[in-house]
Amino acid sequence: MAKSTLLKSSIAKKVAMALSGIFLISFLALHFFINMVSVFSADAFNEMSHFMGYNPLIQFVMQPILVAGVVFHFIMGFVLELKNKSARPIAYVKFDGGANSTWASRNMIISGLVVLAFLGLHFYDFWVHEMVYKYVEGNAIEETRYYGELVAKFESPVRTGLYSVAFILLALHLWHGFTSSLQSIGFDNKIGKSLHTICYSFAVIVPAGFVFIAIFHHLINN
Amino acid sequence: MSAAKNMNISLQIWRQKNSKEKGKMETYKLNDVSTASSFLEMLDQLNEQLVNERKEPIAFDHDCREGICGMCSLYINGRAHGPDTGITTCQLHMRMFNDGDTIVIEPWRSAAFPVIKDLIVDRTSFDRIQQAGGFVSVNTSGNTIDANATPINKQDADKAFEAAACIGCGACVATCKNGSAMLFVGAKVSQYALLPQGRIEATDRVLNMVRQMDEEGFGNCTNTGACEVECPKGISLENIARMNREYLSASLK
Repeated sequence: MAKSTLLKSSIAKKVAMALSGIFLISFLALHFFINMVSVFSADAFNEMSHFMGYNPLIQFVMQPILVAGVVFHFIMGFVLELKNKSARPIAYVKFDGGANSTWASRNMIISGLVVLAFLGLHFYDFWVHEMVYKYVEGNAIEETRYYGELVAKFESPVRTGLYSVAFILLALHLWHGFTSSLQSIGFDNKIGKSLHTICYSFAVIVPAGFVFIAIFHHLINN
Repeated sequence: MSAAKNMNISLQIWRQKNSKEKGKMETYKLNDVSTASSFLEMLDQLNEQLVNERKEPIAFDHDCREGICGMCSLYINGRAHGPDTGITTCQLHMRMFNDGDTIVIEPWRSAAFPVIKDLIVDRTSFDRIQQAGGFVSVNTSGNTIDANATPINKQDADKAFEAAACIGCGACVATCKNGSAMLFVGAKVSQYALLPQGRIEATDRVLNMVRQMDEEGFGNCTNTGACEVECPKGISLENIARMNREYLSASLK
């Protein structure tokens, strides 16, 4: 089969969306683990953050791949949304979506956009700051600065609140997105169904954990 | 069983003269509708009233009226085949509604199912998908092999039969927020993919049927699962996952 035909097909787009989602989920799991460490040990968190911030493989290979993954997932989400909207040019006068599907499954574009807006704030807060610190200002390596920077970010109750709201939307996005990605890549057998429990647990525990971390630093350290 | 009662209802129905003209919702009052009548009998009653008033009756699809042919469609009160699951519109009864209710009736909405008139839509896009690969080549020139001569795993046979229960009514497309036909195509791919007779053309089948599905302008499945809930024959989402697997392995060959 011609590769151009494959890439244009609806199923290939679904699979690409699913694989990029699974990739972002794996990054989220790693991010969650490192952030959770900050609750237990400032030193360990500093050590891990320094490794992530200065390891050339992570900085110059993994980081661009991650950014590409986010951009791809976002653009593909829009492409599919527009395609799907065009498949029903005249809307129903009465549409009872709640009778047969969850809100989370029908509104991935909304939860996705909120998560994207959060990513904008997050990049501004941490990534832009990091780039300026390292490459614009050319500051010397300071291996113990990360914990203090993290705590400082959660000083504001508004920012802590925004983070918490975004993570609720992320939970909804993951609630549908994780199991959906497995279905898209063809898992719907016994293995797929038993993985669903892990997917739903991840969708609740990880965002709830991020909210806990934000509130923990807001209350305990500020 | 409680005795049938009569009720008065209000109906908001999509009226459209033909495929070219714009349509609109129109309101009708209908009295003395028996709770024992089927939904289509209620529409017959309304049409009788409209004919007596020298008005154009409402065009709607129907045929067997026993849930087998897949002809009746109708999007009723925001749901494909109305407020019940596992049924076609002809199996929907007026006992599901109450006296004084307003019932909204619309045609299936999909770019690939254009309205022909009122509540009737053109579902030949499904036929073209089927023609693209939904068949097996069998030698019928006197050398036909008895199907029972080929041993088939019971589990696979059951799943193939479940997929083959699809009547092609289009409720999956109508109910999907994306107007996706993947449950239909998944069922049609699966019913052959699971059987040895279907494996011979399996690669071309899935590639051609999916290509045709995309060309017809159906949307993309986002796994909301609405189609599975509203399908009158209970076709499982498992069939979409199987189609995805079939498609990916066929694409890589």
